Amino acid sequence: MKKAETSEVIQSIHNEKPYKRKLAYLILIFGWMAVILAIVSSIYIGASHVHYAAVWRGVFFYDPTNSADVIIHDLRLPRALAAVFVGAGLAVSGSIMQGMTRNPLASPSILGVTSGALFFMAIAFAFFPHLTYSQTLLFSFVGAGMGAALVFSIVAASRGGNTTVKLALAGAAITSLLSALSTAIGLRFNVSKDMSYWYAGGVSGIQFQQLKYAIPIIIIGILIGIMLSRSITVLSLGEEVATGLGQKTKVVRFVGIIVVLLLTGAAVSIAGMIGFIGLVIPHITRFLVGSDYRFIIPCSAIIGALALLGADMLSRMVNAPFETPVGAVTAIIGVPFFLYLARKEGGAL
Amino acid sequence: MIDKYAKNTRKYILLMIGLFILLLVMFVVSINTGFMKIPLTEVWSAFFGHDVGDQRLTLFEFRLPRIILAMLIGAGIAVAGGILQGITKNPLADPGIIGINAGASFAVVLYTFLSGSTTFLTGTLSIFVMPFTALVGAFIAAILIYTIARRKGAITPIRLILVGIGINAAFASGTLVLQMKMDPQDFTKTLTWISGSIWATNWDFVLSTLIWLVILIPLAIYKSRFLNVFSLGDSISIGLGVPLEKERLKLLIIAVGLAGSCVAVGGGITFLGLIAPHIARRLIGSNHGKILPLTALLGACILLIADTLARVVMSPMELPVGIVIAILGAPYFIYLLMKV
Repeated sequence: MKKAETSEVIQSIHNEKPYKRKLAYLILIFGWMAVILAIVSSIYIGASHVHYAAVWRGVFFYDPTNSADVIIHDLRLPRALAAVFVGAGLAVSGSIMQGMTRNPLASPSILGVTSGALFFMAIAFAFFPHLTYSQTLLFSFVGAGMGAALVFSIVAASRGGNTTVKLALAGAAITSLLSALSTAIGLRFNVSKDMSYWYAGGVSGIQFQQLKYAIPIIIIGILIGIMLSRSITVLSLGEEVATGLGQKTKVVRFVGIIVVLLLTGAAVSIAGMIGFIGLVIPHITRFLVGSDYRFIIPCSAIIGALALLGADMLSRMVNAPFETPVGAVTAIIGVPFFLYLARKEGGAL
Repeated sequence: MIDKYAKNTRKYILLMIGLFILLLVMFVVSINTGFMKIPLTEVWSAFFGHDVGDQRLTLFEFRLPRIILAMLIGAGIAVAGGILQGITKNPLADPGIIGINAGASFAVVLYTFLSGSTTFLTGTLSIFVMPFTALVGAFIAAILIYTIARRKGAITPIRLILVGIGINAAFASGTLVLQMKMDPQDFTKTLTWISGSIWATNWDFVLSTLIWLVILIPLAIYKSRFLNVFSLGDSISIGLGVPLEKERLKLLIIAVGLAGSCVAVGGGITFLGLIAPHIARRLIGSNHGKILPLTALLGACILLIADTLARVVMSPMELPVGIVIAILGAPYFIYLLMKV
């Protein structure tokens, strides 16, 4: 199948306006600059004031004896980078899920992937308190896989019906089951306050140590996602169309799920439960650039990074000098959007 | 037909008696379990006024109010769930799942936070203020869910649940924001409370909960015939001359009132309002006049069993009873989901 063919099919099916394509290119070109600008302002904003010049110096000419450099290099830079990669990772993960399942509500936090990862991290905290970060990361991956597997097998095992809503309901049930178990573990082993940090979600207090493992995984995940994007577009047209166009749908789905687990697992292991980024960003991106996943996936990475950077800055400014959990900020922004989708979907059901 | 009806009634009476006996048995078992083991003979003598010192104190001031509260809360939440399922014609409705509990929890945590955390769960004033605060929160959540889920004058069951999940997430994150500002000790306290635990081992709380339930449960049973009419479908109900929206609203208010007053003393207990009405319906059929009383008894039994388990499983530590219920209830919810 030639490339031109696919894009023609997509364009004809969705009857898309050409300006969306231009918008996609604009986002891809200028989005990077916006992200860099946001990183700089994220480093700049904070309880103790620094100069823009100091930001530059702290990042590129790090001097461990200078206190401003230490703040910038060891506290704020990792935090900004974490926000960028977690935001991008969650958004791409959500895009891939929505494309593959054709489900507007699909996203890591709604489908139990996040809660699975958190549950396994609770186990790691309680029973193996001396694990290194890379080992905790492994737990997070396994947990993400388990959460997703549980939710999808419930829906697969149920008798037909509306799978869109069933996925959301099964996700809600698994989430409350796993968080009940995590709370029990937390209370029993006296780690509930530590765990609550993960439940609240946040990128504060992140060290390069953690980023060293998670960022490469997220980058690899996004790259595979981009390579897969053409197949996901085809898949998003429906199983029959995809098979008709000669696609090996099983292979695509399998690779897609692995990518989702890698991205979500890595993101949760750094930042904990940050809901709604994975749900809302793909929708916004689709609204802006149309339904071709070759554009949605890279653009959602950029928009997701910007969104989480923004939410993180907001979480520092709302009640300064105290911090509001960033997961709460994304929830407060994301819930109305979820409600809007629920209203819309409910009407069509 | 008449024969069938009589059979059903006989079954109902037998079930009620059976459950009542089960409740009594659980009552005795529950009195006996706990950190301090109290032999039955001493329980007996304590009841009849013979002084057995500390045991008497443990029994009357801690264990007995707790057991009674567990039964009351169980009955209240179960009936609230039963009404919600009847109104929405939705087998998956539950005050915990659709966010009413989360609204009540948020209001209570907010009140605690504003009034200074030290009074949490202890001040005498809170006996009266807490249920009220919880009720306000529950009603705000219910109004939000109702208005958002309503579209073109109708609320489809699925939209209700989806909107409820969203509202739940919003209130939960609001609660978390407040919680993160508390010091670790208060944090654990509120976490335990939100997870659902019968913390108020105090006769005053028994009384303040009892008042609500004594009014609202009989009222719900009295109104239950409307639930039967609703199940026939909106057009038939209107045809039968039932002021549909008005009765629906009244029943909704009863359900939210029950849920709110129970959350005030029992914290966020999810899935109980889902399981109990289901089992009741499976046992007795679709007449809400019988379902609701049966649901109340079942709810009382289930919560008492769960609370006893919660005391035993990690003894000497206590597990919040809501967690026991969630661990038992979530699989049941999933089972229902697979069947629907």
